[in-house]
Amino acid sequence: MLGKLSWEAVPFHEPIVMITIAMIALGGLAVFAAITYFKKWTYLWSEWLTSVDHKKIGVMYIIVAMIMLLRGFADAIMMRTQLAMATEGSPGYLPPEHYDQIFTAHGVIMIIFMAMPFFTGLMNLAVPLQIGARDVAYPFLNSLSFWLLVSGVVLINLSLGVGEFAKTGWVAYPPLSGLQYSPGVGMDYYIWALQLSGLGTTLTGVNFLATVLKMRTPGMKLMDMPIFTWTCTWANVLIVASFPILTATLALLTLDRYMDFHIFTNELGGNPMMYVNLFWAWGHPEVYILILPAFGIFSEVISTFSGKKLFGHHSMIYASGAISILGFMVWLHHFFTMGSGASVNAFFGLATMLISIPTGVKLFNWLFTIYQGRLRFTSQVLWTLGFMVTFAIGGMTGVLLAIPGADFVLHNSLFVIAHFHNVIIGGAVFGYIAGFSFYFPKAFGFKLHEGWGKAAFWFWISGFFVAFMPLYVLGFMGMTRRLNSSTNPEWVPYLYVALFGAVMIAIGIACQLIQLYVSVRDRKLPQNACEHGDPWNAHTLEWSTSSPPPFYNFAVLPKADCIDPFTEAKENGTAYKAPNRYEPIHMPNNTATGVVMGALLTVFGFAMIWHIWWLAIFGLVGTVVYFVIHAARDDQGYMVPVETIERIEAEQHKRLVAAKAIPATATRVETSLEQA
Amino acid sequence: MSNLVTNVGHAHDLDHGHDDHHHDSGEMTIFGFWLYLMTDCILFASIFAVYAVLVNNVAGGPSGHDIFELPYVLGETALLLFSSITYGFAMLALFKGKKNQVLGWLGMTFLFGAGFIGMEINEFHVLIAEGYGPSRSGFLSGFFTLVGTHGLHVTSGLIWMAIMMYQVQKNGLTATNKTRLSCLSLFWHFLDVVWICVFTVVYLMGTM
Repeated sequence: MLGKLSWEAVPFHEPIVMITIAMIALGGLAVFAAITYFKKWTYLWSEWLTSVDHKKIGVMYIIVAMIMLLRGFADAIMMRTQLAMATEGSPGYLPPEHYDQIFTAHGVIMIIFMAMPFFTGLMNLAVPLQIGARDVAYPFLNSLSFWLLVSGVVLINLSLGVGEFAKTGWVAYPPLSGLQYSPGVGMDYYIWALQLSGLGTTLTGVNFLATVLKMRTPGMKLMDMPIFTWTCTWANVLIVASFPILTATLALLTLDRYMDFHIFTNELGGNPMMYVNLFWAWGHPEVYILILPAFGIFSEVISTFSGKKLFGHHSMIYASGAISILGFMVWLHHFFTMGSGASVNAFFGLATMLISIPTGVKLFNWLFTIYQGRLRFTSQVLWTLGFMVTFAIGGMTGVLLAIPGADFVLHNSLFVIAHFHNVIIGGAVFGYIAGFSFYFPKAFGFKLHEGWGKAAFWFWISGFFVAFMPLYVLGFMGMTRRLNSSTNPEWVPYLYVALFGAVMIAIGIACQLIQLYVSVRDRKLPQNACEHGDPWNAHTLEWSTSSPPPFYNFAVLPKADCIDPFTEAKENGTAYKAPNRYEPIHMPNNTATGVVMGALLTVFGFAMIWHIWWLAIFGLVGTVVYFVIHAARDDQGYMVPVETIERIEAEQHKRLVAAKAIPATATRVETSLEQA
Repeated sequence: MSNLVTNVGHAHDLDHGHDDHHHDSGEMTIFGFWLYLMTDCILFASIFAVYAVLVNNVAGGPSGHDIFELPYVLGETALLLFSSITYGFAMLALFKGKKNQVLGWLGMTFLFGAGFIGMEINEFHVLIAEGYGPSRSGFLSGFFTLVGTHGLHVTSGLIWMAIMMYQVQKNGLTATNKTRLSCLSLFWHFLDVVWICVFTVVYLMGTM
């Protein structure tokens, strides 16, 4: 009846796990009680959970990402503590089977459930606004993508209290991840959490490619699209080209584990090395999916706060494209030691080094953008400058690792750990945090507290160097990754320093939480509020509408005939001109289908993990039936009446006058864009 | 000169889309479905690659030469190819707006497709009964995965087709139904193309 599920699946004997679960349960209960007390369930359901508005979906993605950042970071600091304690024969406080789950969960969470939703959230928030669109191409699909991610999040967090998580490392290589060596449910949690959220990511890629190709405002040429939109577009190209490989690979591993296939097994003709190839054929493009949008954010930040056009807009687009294409031709550098031979290794080593050329182009573009600009040292700019320094170091250690000979020495050592944290924290995470505080006012209408933001930056960046530079050294000294204890006394001081660095990063994260609290508390202060929409004197269309933007984004589709249309309009004095009449706007209706399908698929995933077949069939059939019913309804959306638009735009007019962005006597212009 | 509010000169840019909203969103849906099909194409490419790696790993069991029966598979192939032709006729009838013809051709397509799936299930059944199931060897795992993935796609297409026939019967040839039938058409022909590759790579090259 319940498959493999029983009370023994709950780890009552592990105090660390039980305390964590108790804390989560108490926190959840408090949130539940608060929502009930303030009678916000209807609001939450109708305004957020069932929303198909890309801005709200973007915000929800980022909330999920931040919660998962806390979870993933808790894993990180537990590992660093363990390694600082478990030296010279001491066992530390984490038993090996628990430690192995933690490093696996840390990797999966940070990549799939922190970085991916953070990027997807920022893309959701900004891209449709940047191209002057009213929503994405397929708003319902967007909601479904989000809820598929949530399914994965729910499953991976359930594994904490019900059963176990994978002990294989985030790459889950067979035969270790096969049934023979990982008979428990941990691997199955891994498979289904990744499978469901990966499906959502593929749909997001399709959705946003169609959005930028089909929904740009009249006059906006492809090459004139803002650079963040462009880097997201390249990331989406990578998503649609690489995530199906992950889907296939996970499905094949599922067949091995559930139906006794021999695709990746050691015996009867299976080929475990094929998994490694397939995994990285997805996995390497995946890291470019993470970093390219961050590059886009840095570009927006640097050009905005230098008060200049981005230097080399087109070369930036081409460089991103080159990185994307090369990113598909380097996967083998993750396993030079597999023994593919010198020629193959040399090819992949060279291809890897080539990537530093387009990346270098970008770095110089940012430097030339700053050159002769008036750089304002806001927190976003600090993150960007910090990135440029940190990422350059990470890039160089990457080129070093790309030499197969050097890699034979450093493979699976802490040097590799230091390298990829160097580029992912110093690249992607810094970029997302910069993007978070850059776009926060757009989403909510008030700015984040600068002081706490800068404090967070300084703790993060110094904490990063203190935590990870010792790992480079430890790598050279021969310490391998995924160790849960060590015996070499020479490593100990470095392990202590690394723990200290992790604590500094923890303080940085604490500063960010305080920053959020302080900013929300002081949101009405005149220096923080920026509801008229353009707090940074920025260049692109997303800043030409109010903050938060009206649900239809633009009362009249904006015109774009150059790279920085909003700057040009402000210089010409044509910004914020209201038309003399509005036309009704077509918008999609909210729908609960995304939430319901996500919930049913979570049930399906959970049932598959625990071999509860009847429940799995119920979950899957339920999902399909619910979707068919949704499709049969054929909801065509609704028209926003002119009176509603007039009312919302009149409020925005008042705000603009108050902000002195336009004179009170501003005239309206003739327009007939929205004529039916 | 730039003006953030588009003025009269640009009005005709959007006329088309707004005159006929359904038509516009239909085109967008078909475009998105194309993009999805490309992701599906990569999924199949991955599984083809896996099959190519595993094809010689027979682990002492049978090879393709020992178990494939070309005439049988040719029959399967004929059914699927005919189903593509009949779906084409369904689309022609759709453009002419002839509901009953659409339903008739879709019904015939469904029968051909169901026949294909029936034959495939029978093939699988015979192989498994002889002890040549997917657990026997890497080659057979790859074979069942590749052919089975295609079969699952065709089965989903059949379910979709049945739903569409019901929808057309109930609501007629509405804009939405036209769009969805166009998407299903893309899907169906795509699966045909994939099957040509399966037939060539798995069966023809396997028996050579």
